[in-house]
Amino acid sequence: MINLELPQKLIGMKQMTHQLAAGVFRPISRKYDAIEHSETPVELAPVAQMMSAARSMQGGSGGKSEGVKKSEGVKNGANMMGVLAVEEMCWGDVGLMLSIPGNGLGNAAIMAVGTAEQKEQFGKMYCAMAITEPGAGSDSAAISTTAELDGDDWVLNGEKIYCTGGQRCDAVVVWATLDKQRGKAAIKSFIVTRDNPGMKLARVEDKMGLRISDTAALSLENCRIPKGNVLGSAEIADTEEARKKAFGGVMQTFDNTRPPVAAMALGVARAALEITRELLKKEDVTADFSKPLYCSTAIEAELYRMEADLESARLMTWKAAWMADNGQANSKEASMCKAKAARVGNAVTLKCVELCGERGYSEHLLLEKLARDSKVIDIFEGTQQIQQLIVARQLLELSSKELK
Amino acid sequence: MAADLPFDLTLTEEQLQTRESVRRFVARHVAPNARQADEAMSPPEGFYPASAELGLALMPIPEALGGAGAPRDPMSSVLTAEDLGQGDLSLAMGVLSPLSVVNAILDFGNEAQQEKFLPVLLSDEFVPAGIALMESRATFDPAQVLCTATLKGDHYVLQGEKCLVPFGEDAALLIVIANVEGDGPSAFVVEAGAQGMSAQRQMYMGLRSLEMATVTFDKVAVPAQNRLQHFNLDRFVDLSRIGLAALAVGCCQAVLDYSIPFVKERKAFGEPIAWRQSVAFMVANIGIELEGMRLLVWKAASRASQGLPFHREAYLARVLCAEKAMEIGTNGIQLFGGAGFIRDYPLEMWYRNLRAVGVLEGTVMV
Repeated sequence: MINLELPQKLIGMKQMTHQLAAGVFRPISRKYDAIEHSETPVELAPVAQMMSAARSMQGGSGGKSEGVKKSEGVKNGANMMGVLAVEEMCWGDVGLMLSIPGNGLGNAAIMAVGTAEQKEQFGKMYCAMAITEPGAGSDSAAISTTAELDGDDWVLNGEKIYCTGGQRCDAVVVWATLDKQRGKAAIKSFIVTRDNPGMKLARVEDKMGLRISDTAALSLENCRIPKGNVLGSAEIADTEEARKKAFGGVMQTFDNTRPPVAAMALGVARAALEITRELLKKEDVTADFSKPLYCSTAIEAELYRMEADLESARLMTWKAAWMADNGQANSKEASMCKAKAARVGNAVTLKCVELCGERGYSEHLLLEKLARDSKVIDIFEGTQQIQQLIVARQLLELSSKELK
Repeated sequence: MAADLPFDLTLTEEQLQTRESVRRFVARHVAPNARQADEAMSPPEGFYPASAELGLALMPIPEALGGAGAPRDPMSSVLTAEDLGQGDLSLAMGVLSPLSVVNAILDFGNEAQQEKFLPVLLSDEFVPAGIALMESRATFDPAQVLCTATLKGDHYVLQGEKCLVPFGEDAALLIVIANVEGDGPSAFVVEAGAQGMSAQRQMYMGLRSLEMATVTFDKVAVPAQNRLQHFNLDRFVDLSRIGLAALAVGCCQAVLDYSIPFVKERKAFGEPIAWRQSVAFMVANIGIELEGMRLLVWKAASRASQGLPFHREAYLARVLCAEKAMEIGTNGIQLFGGAGFIRDYPLEMWYRNLRAVGVLEGTVMV
């Protein structure tokens, strides 16, 4: 039955997460934006503990969970809970959320495709993911970091950049190729612990926003790891179908991670819109749905438009999560919600700065920070343009050779 | 307090069945007739009688009064509006207009009023009926109507003018929104042939096959018992905003579905134009915005069906759909280039029809 409301259980979870965001994240949001390259904020330790406890109750992030199950068998499970929690936490502070130990993208990959032994060994660690290289961004199939088998070890060589959590994590899931000539099929991911002498922290980036989150460059020089640290099969698929399947498996991780990234944009933008509403209310500008749009002032109309865009982006995000929870292929919807939420997030946060004038631009309030933080959400985990490409290929049923 | 349900986008068995028959009707009667009806400024003969076979207006009428007794369910009506709108927005409004009157009488009429007026619409034939809310001025606000209703003994006297009234010239029943001093906008059932009522067909940029008229009320006496007792302006306007937004969703879906094969076949510089990102991204963005529109409309409608407040959601759905529908309409034309502008193709007609979504209020009550 069509119902776009949340069940009570998830509303309760959402409210608890909101309290956490309001109580822990918000008060230290500005402070850590200014400190920038700090160690993991001490305030996050209890949060990490709580989340790890919640995860072990759920049976792993991104995995199957009971969630709220009704007689018809419709599930609101781990994916739905994920996007709700992420929006609330990012309402508090997106950079701090990304800095919670144990909450890395690498963890998601290990939980999705790791063996039982790998989950046991690395599941409790904070695992970052290193894909991007100086010469390979959106075209992740073009990465040139190499992995070679030498006896019982893999030997990794190459440069990785823009690795979120790369400084503070316990381990990194590194994407590398077994044979550059063989394209996508030869790309595998490898778990490298942070204390490996072959992997060095080259630098930590200074950024426009998301300053508390550490974005690292790592260099791998004859970095040796045990043979068992490869995620998934180490075979290079040699048929077209098997090749697609192998790389598709890697890309599928993104179908699960794009809705939460969309949720980040929602949380940040909602925070900006709320602050803007409060400020404008003091100037007697309210958008209370009492007059038709064409009878409203220009500022009121902007508020309505922003809210409508945000609400629709939120429902798209929930839909993508709901599909994942119910075993439906959601690649198109995951990209749709990421595209919509991220661009709306950028537009809303910037418009809020504009509408609030000096108050918006000032560091006294959070509006300018929210606008800075929002920008990267339309870039990482697949840029706006990559999402549009994915959606277009799906709608038009075109291959990546036809629509480049 | 609504039931504690999971977030779910699955249609019920009944909704799927209705959808199937509505889509069959759309494929046979609506889509193929749209252009001809637009040019002729009225639907082809037999169109409305064929639509009566769907029995949409009978559906929510209680069994005791001879209807099918289906529960009032804006969500299901939204699905029907989407499907009809996908065929043609103008013809869809004509088909939905009598159902809107039924819905208004069910929601706002007392028992006696339902018993009196619903049988008029209870027919195997198509009974033209419509809602008269809009007035001809810029910045029209449904909460500030100028048409007045003044109580004189056992009747009200209606005075004023209404525009964009579907079937204004030959409606068996009109629901007229007029201001009662002290009470604000109120709803009156006005039957055909009322003394002092006159109608003049008007032509608009779009919705040309929908026979809309400006209706003038010059001291029209309406029995006091024709005032719908439980009229709620907000609910009425909100349910009509949802209806219009749902029609827009349907029409935008038509734009998307029609554009995809075209851009894949149309060649420029030796390859399909769909292979170019500048074209493909426009298609992607139509798909993305359409998804958001549909879900927001569904949210508003499902809240209404569950008895939850839905004023905010209906407002937002309308804001989003009015704006994005224009964007999608104009991008549809752009994708077709010159072909989009000529009347051999439906794009320009869809664009003209979609313009109505941001203009109308109160026409299609789901």
